[in-house]
Amino acid sequence: MTQHGLLIDNEYCTGCHSCEIACKNEHDLPLGQWGIKVLELGPWQRTDGKTWEYRFIPVLISDCDLCAERTSQGLEPSCVHHCLAQAMVYGTLEDLAIKMEEKGTMASIFIP
Amino acid sequence: MPKLHFNENAAPNVVKLDDGTEIRRTCAAGFGCHNLSCGLKVHVKDGKLIKVEGDEDHPISQGRLCVRCLTAKDYVYHEDRILYPMKRAREDRGLDKFERISWDEALDTIIENYQKTVDEYGIDAVTVWCGTGRECGQIHFQMANDVFGTVQAVHPNGGWSCIVPRMAAMLWTMGSSYIEADNAIGFPDRYDDPRWECPKYMLIWGRDPLRSNPDGLFGHSIVDMMKRGMKLIVVDPRVNWLATRADLHLQIHPGTDGALMMALLNVAIGEDLYDHEFVEEWTYGFDELAERVKDCTPEWASKITGVDAEDIRQAARLLSEKPSTLSMGLAVDQNPNTLQIGHGLLSLFAIYGHMDVPGGCFMGLPPTFAGMAENVSMEDSTAEGEEPEGLAKFGKIGCNPAGHEKYPALSHICNSTHPDVNLDILETKSPVEFHFAYIFNHNPISCMTIQPERYMEGLRKVDFIAIADVFKTPAIMALADIVLPAATFLEKAGYCTNNNASQPGQFGAIRNVIDRVGEAKSDMEIMLELHRRLYPNSKKPGWASPEDFITEQMKGIRDVDITYDELAEHVIGQYELEYKKYEKGMLRADGQPGFNTTTGRIELYSLMLESLGDDPLPYYIEPKFSAVSRPDIAEQYPITMTSGARRFTSFHSENRQIARLREIHPYPTVDINPKLAAEQDITEGSWVEVESPWGSAQLVAHITPIVKEDVISCDHGWWLPEKDPEHLFDVFKHNVNQLIPHEEIGPLGFGAHYKCTPVRIKLAS
Repeated sequence: MTQHGLLIDNEYCTGCHSCEIACKNEHDLPLGQWGIKVLELGPWQRTDGKTWEYRFIPVLISDCDLCAERTSQGLEPSCVHHCLAQAMVYGTLEDLAIKMEEKGTMASIFIP
Repeated sequence: MPKLHFNENAAPNVVKLDDGTEIRRTCAAGFGCHNLSCGLKVHVKDGKLIKVEGDEDHPISQGRLCVRCLTAKDYVYHEDRILYPMKRAREDRGLDKFERISWDEALDTIIENYQKTVDEYGIDAVTVWCGTGRECGQIHFQMANDVFGTVQAVHPNGGWSCIVPRMAAMLWTMGSSYIEADNAIGFPDRYDDPRWECPKYMLIWGRDPLRSNPDGLFGHSIVDMMKRGMKLIVVDPRVNWLATRADLHLQIHPGTDGALMMALLNVAIGEDLYDHEFVEEWTYGFDELAERVKDCTPEWASKITGVDAEDIRQAARLLSEKPSTLSMGLAVDQNPNTLQIGHGLLSLFAIYGHMDVPGGCFMGLPPTFAGMAENVSMEDSTAEGEEPEGLAKFGKIGCNPAGHEKYPALSHICNSTHPDVNLDILETKSPVEFHFAYIFNHNPISCMTIQPERYMEGLRKVDFIAIADVFKTPAIMALADIVLPAATFLEKAGYCTNNNASQPGQFGAIRNVIDRVGEAKSDMEIMLELHRRLYPNSKKPGWASPEDFITEQMKGIRDVDITYDELAEHVIGQYELEYKKYEKGMLRADGQPGFNTTTGRIELYSLMLESLGDDPLPYYIEPKFSAVSRPDIAEQYPITMTSGARRFTSFHSENRQIARLREIHPYPTVDINPKLAAEQDITEGSWVEVESPWGSAQLVAHITPIVKEDVISCDHGWWLPEKDPEHLFDVFKHNVNQLIPHEEIGPLGFGAHYKCTPVRIKLAS
């Protein structure tokens, strides 16, 4: 079976938390539980003294099924659909790897 | 000419699924937001909201939604919602002693107290208060005038520090209504429209549109444009996300914006970076401006602002690339130097040749909004044989609201009382007395007012107060004699446009898509019912129902001929406006080319500012309580506080009761530099007492290098709904506006110190 995953564009993820709540809605998760969680890297000033290391990294939990019910109906996973920065892509790992290479920097692919 | 577009390929406004669930499309205006009109697909079963999804057929939001709409269900069915009208004896203000009553009793009580106030004290004692955000804010001024018959519309934002000063600078110097960064928002194909050009640079000045979605601008359109090659230059005391993605971040010391603005003009003119042809043909006063800024070198500004002089030069050079655009925010308003900062920045973009060109600064059409001074009716429109209504009944047509004697400039931009004068009136009963207050969409002791506790004490002297809201707020607990349950935007009819259709963009229907919770009514319905009680024989067109009212209002929008029902059928439209309107005679009432100013040109030297008694050219005002102005204060309060930075999880004082949002951002927070925190033994997550000469508040420490060592950034608008209502949900423990001085504003009455207050910090005991 082809394995699917999520490509995250960490250059443009703004840390808006929409994926977290969209996921909680879709999977009816209670307080204290998350299906995807936005982790924060930085901010700190890089050694050049000018630019900043700062990125948000949404990470899937072990139980994430990449919204199998939605994708079987031709819909995007809920997190991808609602992402304000449109910084998430759902697809096969093969396709995502190509897209990641095109992006070239500040990207990550996650599988549950 | 303006055009209204509809997406003919969009899904129907209702789709029925096999299990009986209906997917009803609507546009958003709230759960804490501006009139952004994001597209929602609301899943409804048996009249109940099942879930909310983003509407991918919406040309602007494109299926995206923020966490405030995604928690719609939490908000609509929250256990704290006000379900019924209630009353409380005046002597019990502050106590949780509300008693359920009928709508008839509530409305009759309001009318009875209104009549009593008018009879005893005259119409000027009647006030109508409203906050920001929810779409009902756009009927505030009109309802004060047309229903209550009073000119005392109150929006108690110190120095009118939200949008109005920027609009004044735009109208008085550029002859334009709101000027916004062009984000192709009116085109059906958006960024693919061949008429649009991607800006080379966007200067983002004191604004975080990703979180604030200011006044109808879909904030993440900035990210859309960054992906298309737009670069950023950010001016902000904080290293926010946008600043970390910017080519240049000018990390300015709070309140010194005016100096940076002057230096940018100095470089633009001194290095000959401007558009000579545009300056020659379309501007007035260039030589005077050049003379004014000639000594304001980057080195001079660097000493004041803390920004590297070379970065200032580089910013001025990069911004001259065509086209480039400007996105200026609340930091421009929340500064006594506001008019000059606005005037100077707009002048900079004007001389570069970026005004009203594709990818530049989009100039607005005159708005239809009843709050603007230019829309104030000077004539009695009572038809023959009809009973005069509203202002006409009381002979108040053309009369100024309170505070305009002290600050006459306000009469030339905005039809409200002067915000700071409200507090003087409440405390001193002079020059008028307020005896009746109707408050809606507004939680004045949590948000916006400066010195909120003084406001509360002042309002407690007002004889009668009615408040309509969704939740029992600190203001309701402290002040209300009558409480009315307000409907959310899923429970009512309405419409939203971008900046009252003065800008292109969203043109959306708010539809009643779910059964109402309890006995909630929309703010507009409540107003129509009060109007019916006051004027039972009225034949005024548009006052029969909310739908009728909206249709009538939309008639005032240029080249729009549509009823509410037609709009609701399509759900979302886009209003398109043209570029280079000044060449086509679209900005002036006389239809001539040019700008809507005395000279017909962009006034770098403003005749309007001169006639109002201010300096016609931009200038810098040192913050009144900085270490330079007041070394005596700085000795005790060496840190500068900026406030009001926004979070995704809330809109001003809203959304505090939503557990899933509090899970993300649980408490009011103060950003502190690691070095400053270490000096004070403050650790991450500890409660910190922030004190100014005028008050104090407690917030949770977040230790971060995004602020410099001598600056802290504080959350605003906090109260804790889980705390004791009779302690007003701890609002005065956490409200950061207590630290800000009252009526320390600019020469013409604009701009307060929300973002530049001297403070000290320590661990809370």
